[in-house]
Amino acid sequence: MPASTTPQPDKAPRAWLGYLWRGWCAAFGLLIFLALWDWGSRFYSELILPSPWVTFTTLVGLLAEGGGWSELAATARRALAGFALSLVVGSALGLLAGLSVTAKLMSRPVITLLLGTPPIAWLVLAVLWFGAGDATPVFTVFIVTFPIIFVAALQGAHTLDGQLRNLARAYRLPGRMILTDIYLPHVVSYLFPAWVVALAMSWKVAVMAELLATADGVGAALAVSRSHLDTAATMAWIAAVVGLLLLVEYLLLDPLKRKLESWRTA
Amino acid sequence: MNLLIEGLSHRFGQTEVLTNIELNLSAGEAVALVGPSGCGKTTLLNLIAGLLSPSAGRIENGYPATSYLFQQPCLLPWQTALDNIALGLKARGMPRPEREARARALGHQLGLTDADLKKFPSALSGGMKSRVALARAWALEPELLLLDEPFSSLDVGLKAELYALLLNQMVARGTSLLMVTHDLMEAVRLADRLLMMAPRPGRIVGEFKLERPRLARDEMWLYQATARFMQAPEVRAGFGLPPSGQELAGGTEGSAERLSARGQAPTGMVAATGWR
Repeated sequence: MPASTTPQPDKAPRAWLGYLWRGWCAAFGLLIFLALWDWGSRFYSELILPSPWVTFTTLVGLLAEGGGWSELAATARRALAGFALSLVVGSALGLLAGLSVTAKLMSRPVITLLLGTPPIAWLVLAVLWFGAGDATPVFTVFIVTFPIIFVAALQGAHTLDGQLRNLARAYRLPGRMILTDIYLPHVVSYLFPAWVVALAMSWKVAVMAELLATADGVGAALAVSRSHLDTAATMAWIAAVVGLLLLVEYLLLDPLKRKLESWRTA
Repeated sequence: MNLLIEGLSHRFGQTEVLTNIELNLSAGEAVALVGPSGCGKTTLLNLIAGLLSPSAGRIENGYPATSYLFQQPCLLPWQTALDNIALGLKARGMPRPEREARARALGHQLGLTDADLKKFPSALSGGMKSRVALARAWALEPELLLLDEPFSSLDVGLKAELYALLLNQMVARGTSLLMVTHDLMEAVRLADRLLMMAPRPGRIVGEFKLERPRLARDEMWLYQATARFMQAPEVRAGFGLPPSGQELAGGTEGSAERLSARGQAPTGMVAATGWR
């Protein structure tokens, strides 16, 4: 057997060990944070800073009652709907704008304007326009995350190496292959980090919108716990939203990212 | 089956980069366009490959398949070496098992191992990338190969090895070659006919024939032929060198005179006579 094939077998366990090590480091970071939180909670009353234990038992209680899941589901529905909308529209429009220098120049001030408008201002407008339904948080999530994705797609389409365009023409790649073999892989390397940022932001904006605009969802539940001065419940809701985000990040986005970008490190 | 260029001119905006180019490349012929940087060599290749359309004149490429080997390897960073080699075959709609088998066989011929073929370009050395680019161009079984100094960044050993591989394949298959280069030795090694280009605007100013068969050219012959080529007034003018003999004017016996005494003066090499 040629020597070059021997390194293959021990590559898999090494990758697996690397995964374990990353997981261990992440868990360790979280545990240190919990320890500091627990330590801090000893100096203050439960009204100011409830301990992690109290927070998580409150959360379990909220979920066990059955009401907790439906609040989380409502928030997830709105955050993901707004995110999906800006993912599709932002990526498509950004790609198109990146192909034309004129469109790029024209879109720049508009994007700065969108990025510069505070999310809370959008929320006030959305409440006036759409009232107290799902449309308000979905719109707010969309309008806040759209420019992030749009700019990334624009940069991706704009920065494609001219040599690769020449390659596509000289080797007569059909239109479909230009898209799947040249444009998409390049653009995704720009888009993916933007999608991750936009997804994280979607949750925050959805919760904020619900706090002011809707009768259900985690944001609405937070409004209730605030009016009851129930700090433990507030912390429990925060923990639930952040936990959901961590799950999506480590179980879905992280493996996807490593698969999509394997060519960078290989 | 030939490539015919008539009265070709090209401008970028107001700047004329090529003017009145005439060229006929018949089947199996190898022509090198030689000239200084910025004389429009690459533009001419891009026009022939159809990456640009000419401002005036006519290009008729009668070859069924043309491959273009760029100055940079220009591999797709997100595809493995194997997929990069098979790119042109995929574009032709060849099914995956068949094109992968073809690409693998070509890769092996060019000294790539199975492990190399699985790697992404970022993990390949410069020489390996050039091999992949060469295999990708060769996979199309071109009747006409366009070369734009593809190995100029490699060391002499690698360069010689890749040129030898290419030359053997081209002679075996009767592939026509059109290359552009500013490296005279490269041109003398690979071409039957050298066209000297001058810049501002790019044009052809001289034509030289090499009659020794390409596979029969040894190192010594290459050095001598290159040295003689360098003495031609068109070549010296094109590269902005002082006319030959000038640097010897007031000094010792000029080497130019000694050359002419052996009947190898610049005038002896032009056009019809050729070098042996």
